[in-house]
Amino acid sequence: MMDTFVMRHLPALLIATPLFAAFLMPLVGNAGRTVRSAWVFLGALLTSAIGLALAWKVLATGTVLYVFGAATTQQALPPDAAFPIRIMFQVDALSALMAVIVSLSSLGITIYSLAAESKQSGLETFYAMLFLLIAGVLGMVVTGDLFNFFVFLEISSLAGAALVAYRVDDGVAVEAGLKYALLSTVGALAVLTAIGILFAQYNALNLASLAARLQFTALDKVALVLLAVPLAMKCGAVPMHFWTPDTYTTAPSSVTAFLVVSSQASLYALFRILFTLYGHLVQFSWATFGWFLIVLGVLSMFIGVTMAIPQKDVKRLMAYHAVSQTGYMLLGVGVGLAVLGNAEALKTYGKTAMAGGLFHIINHAMYKGLLFLTAGAIFLRTGTRNLNRLGGLGHTMPWTMVFFMIGALAIAGVPPFNGFASKLLIYESVFRFSPFLSIIAMVVSILTLASFVKVFHSMFLGPPRAEFAEAREVPAPMFIGMALLALFVVVAGLMPQPFIDHLISPAVDALVDRSGYIAAILGGR
Amino acid sequence: MKMTKIVRTTADVFYPFCLVFGLYVVIHGHLTPGGGFQGGAVMATGAALLIVAHAYEDITGRIRKTAMKILEAIGLLTFLFAGLSGILFHRPFMANWMAQTGKLFGNTVAHGPNPGDLNTAGLLPLLNVGVGIEVLGGLTVILLYMLSGIKEEKKP
Repeated sequence: MMDTFVMRHLPALLIATPLFAAFLMPLVGNAGRTVRSAWVFLGALLTSAIGLALAWKVLATGTVLYVFGAATTQQALPPDAAFPIRIMFQVDALSALMAVIVSLSSLGITIYSLAAESKQSGLETFYAMLFLLIAGVLGMVVTGDLFNFFVFLEISSLAGAALVAYRVDDGVAVEAGLKYALLSTVGALAVLTAIGILFAQYNALNLASLAARLQFTALDKVALVLLAVPLAMKCGAVPMHFWTPDTYTTAPSSVTAFLVVSSQASLYALFRILFTLYGHLVQFSWATFGWFLIVLGVLSMFIGVTMAIPQKDVKRLMAYHAVSQTGYMLLGVGVGLAVLGNAEALKTYGKTAMAGGLFHIINHAMYKGLLFLTAGAIFLRTGTRNLNRLGGLGHTMPWTMVFFMIGALAIAGVPPFNGFASKLLIYESVFRFSPFLSIIAMVVSILTLASFVKVFHSMFLGPPRAEFAEAREVPAPMFIGMALLALFVVVAGLMPQPFIDHLISPAVDALVDRSGYIAAILGGR
Repeated sequence: MKMTKIVRTTADVFYPFCLVFGLYVVIHGHLTPGGGFQGGAVMATGAALLIVAHAYEDITGRIRKTAMKILEAIGLLTFLFAGLSGILFHRPFMANWMAQTGKLFGNTVAHGPNPGDLNTAGLLPLLNVGVGIEVLGGLTVILLYMLSGIKEEKKP
């Protein structure tokens, strides 16, 4: 089973499947609605299955290497050279965690979009772009090559920008799409410059090979800044968060839910670069860069939630909460990075903090995706996102209300939902590092709860309104999409330990184990 | 907006030459400067020439958007399947299994200065052809959308 044809080529199929689904879309689109929907469903299902199978293989047997175009998939080094020259995918436990996130949420989101977008025109372009976005994000998290990462970053950015501007009926969407495209391009250019700086010095683009050679010269410091700042911007950290509210608000809800995942792929890249590429250098000051992440995290948490409270547009409010939740991940992993040089502290609380941060990534993708999907369901039935105009929907859309409650309680960190599990890990471990930071994190959670109680009240409670008398429960595909995400939120909340043991802890170890990442490519050399 | 008969006839004569030159650049991608993208762009220039010389309305019968979109998809699929074909031969994705087999594009490159043999490089010419078709379709669709906005000049 482990060595069948498909299992051997999983990393290549992981990218090839969504690309195939996207490329065939213009042809399938001519064959009618049913065929197109079936094709979209099949593509999403296959992509998710391959992603989960790859993650399972990685967690069962260790890092999976896939070298493109070589004699065998495992031949990282050419026979006559001591350095890798080919493009390769290097899937370790951290990449596997990200692949699981993308697989689960892309499946739920695609099923949801089958019904949510069915009234729109130009759907074959929409789904082609959606699959390109999925392929781009998957590529970002599995690639072991820095330039290849840039290519996938561009694919996901351009597909994302096109999807944000998909609803062209009001100019706002086009403006948001343009903003996203412009910022992504500027960010990607900075990343490309950094890659150029590193390539000029070390003649290598492979992450492991670069990590082994990095000297931390003055130019490397410039490259670090040029890599870290755009990636922090792409994951929506304050003070580079300004694109998130516009983009998340105007994009179709299914796309918004996946843009959250796409921004977390940038977060993954930021962690990968700080830990694996720059992690163990003698000159590297762990505390400095740990505090860089912590300060970004605390700013994001606090400013995100305080900006969210006064919002009137439900998706804009959720977008600011997305910024705020990203802060928790930065805080958790930042504390881990700050104590990376201190083996004792790393063992007692550093790894727990990182586990909390990484667990929060997958939890956030699920409950925030769920919340955006419920907002999309309400927009579909009422045609408005304005909290002052909504009300009384609990009478007509009870299941949407239940899903919203699950998502809202999870984001506020209320037990027994998954947000509580990861936040508890963060509170406990960060308290050992600095009690003050832990208190800020808790206060932000309380503010989040307050904000969502307000949203819940103004959307679902109150007497039924005459203008929304037509509103009814969502169609089955949207229900299934939301139910998939809600199921994960509840299961991971009730039984967090298996997830932490089998998915999160290996990811934390992979992130800390820099020499293991390098040895997977360079072997003993 | 229609141009004079001289311009239209010249464009019609030039159009096949544009396509042939584009195909030349595509198929010689592994030997001479250029390749799939450049050759596809040259071919799309031919379409641009026709659209500019004739009126947009007159040209849509000859160059159709749906046909170009399908070309785009076919080009991309060619590229993808060229990559996947490596897997079928028990090599990694995108492995060059056609090179140096003596069959199609399978000649071994001669050492030293030589005029260049078209029948070399294995998978690369296939990839170039895929990209060429894709760029021809994609760029032409872009051109059609952009030039459809040209306004009719008011008659005095």
